[in-house]
Amino acid sequence: MKIAPMLIKQLKTLFLVTFALILLTPIVLTVTNSLMTEQEIRLNYDALGKTANAADQFANIKLIPDWVSLEQYGKVLIHTSTFLHMFWNSVLLVVPIIAGQAIVASLAAYAFAKLRFRGRDKLFLVYLLTMLMPFQVTLVPNYIVIDKLGLMNSNAAIILPGIFAAFGVFLLRQFMLNIPYSYIEAAKIDGASQARIFLSIIMPMVKPAFAALVILLFVDHWNMVEQPLIFLQDDLKQPLSVYLSKISADARGVAFAASVVYMMPMLLLFLYAERYFIEGIQLSGIKG
Amino acid sequence: MRFRQWLSKDTATALYFLAPSLIGFSIFYLIPFGMGVMYSFQDANTDGSFAGFANYQQLFASASFNKAVNNTLWFTGISVPLILIISLVIAILLNHNVYIRNWLRTAYVMPLVVPVASIILVWQVLFDWNGTLNAILNSFGIDRIDWMKSEWARGVVIVVYIWKNIGYNIILFLAGLQNIPDDYYETADVEGAGTIRKFTNITLVYLLPTTIFVVLMSIVNSFKVFRETYLIAGSYPHDSLYMLQHYMNNMFLSLDIQKLTAAAVVTAGSILLLVSVLFAMERRFRNFMDG
Repeated sequence: MKIAPMLIKQLKTLFLVTFALILLTPIVLTVTNSLMTEQEIRLNYDALGKTANAADQFANIKLIPDWVSLEQYGKVLIHTSTFLHMFWNSVLLVVPIIAGQAIVASLAAYAFAKLRFRGRDKLFLVYLLTMLMPFQVTLVPNYIVIDKLGLMNSNAAIILPGIFAAFGVFLLRQFMLNIPYSYIEAAKIDGASQARIFLSIIMPMVKPAFAALVILLFVDHWNMVEQPLIFLQDDLKQPLSVYLSKISADARGVAFAASVVYMMPMLLLFLYAERYFIEGIQLSGIKG
Repeated sequence: MRFRQWLSKDTATALYFLAPSLIGFSIFYLIPFGMGVMYSFQDANTDGSFAGFANYQQLFASASFNKAVNNTLWFTGISVPLILIISLVIAILLNHNVYIRNWLRTAYVMPLVVPVASIILVWQVLFDWNGTLNAILNSFGIDRIDWMKSEWARGVVIVVYIWKNIGYNIILFLAGLQNIPDDYYETADVEGAGTIRKFTNITLVYLLPTTIFVVLMSIVNSFKVFRETYLIAGSYPHDSLYMLQHYMNNMFLSLDIQKLTAAAVVTAGSILLLVSVLFAMERRFRNFMDG
């Protein structure tokens, strides 16, 4: 009789594992294909993009390389200067956004979460609404503002809107709402100023939310496509996300390795700090 | 009196804390949006004279705008319920007693972390005219399907969307499920409630706030599917994939600012309406639970 619960547990696990493997397949395929020689890549995928109907013209997707080779990586990292240039472009765009937003958002989140003032909830709702809008909703006016500020075709055109976006304010506010007000009351009785309360009490307690914010911002901005397409006309300023979509068609032989190198910072950051990532997503769903 | 003093003091402090964010937010978000609304009421052919709703009338008469709206609504209408159901099922199973739970959760969230640009190659290999899916069909004697240049393109983007975003929903649902006290289920057990009644009367009820948020974020993320669509299919994809974002991007490139800003206002208005409805639902739920 006791066989049934264990069997059900095994069946559930089997279903969940199958689904997980399906989700992971594109990632695994990208990694394993990046370890093939360029010749093998050409043999497997030369049929792509053609309209031939012959039976032997299909792409041959393979999980395991015939010969394991680091040839693609050598080409991407050493022989092609463009890739590393674009990689650095991505870093130069993403890191300032994360640093800037973390600072600016923490100050605003504290005001929304712990200070009382007229119009607070309505203003927060405005922040929330802009967070939900697709990029294109403010595309033209953004373009004009950035043009007038003389920022067109510069990294600042991407970085500044990123710093002042609403998501960080939203996430940190959610976390700060859970900090008991009695901590602040006690500090006030001791004569602490608001600046002291913010720096000495709130900020240390908010570290997990900061970790979550850093990861979530990295996930979003490392992947950005629309903004660079519009604001960075110079191809040499483009981040990897845009560059990769072009390399896929023209240089298929090394595109898998390029994809893996591009993927790696995200995966490493995620695996290192998965707990904060999970908590960040959960935080975003907590009632305001 | 004491409250008024408190309010007054906090207001001054709040302004200091808010100032950096509020200034930047205004410059890059509020003011641009206000400018956009203004443009949508201006005449394109003169030097900006007031044109009433002429731009909106032209917008709604535009074939490409209507195509974009239909495609966006179709895509959202299919993909959001689908991802909702799948992620809820997975979350419920994961919330039960299963082996290797932590590894499974990591696996589900992985697609959210991997940049789509990194996975484009695999999607192309799968869905190309000479790709893997057509190879499989061919081995069964079935004719090839042009996945990306036919109505099937919608299905491809739905698959990519679900693959990319399902982990986010699973995490949210898991958190929501774990917040439901076990006592509720134990009480229901004592009263003889079956599995289905427990699901409908406890799980779904107490999961409602989470569900509302998941619906909202799923819709918002479905608007962002432009990123994936663009990377897979470029600026002018098959008609069935031509979304509002493509329309607005292309109006921008052709400098049709009035149509673009009118479309932007319509989009913003739609999202505002959606948020209001969802918030009203949640407020009603809370009143119901408190009563």
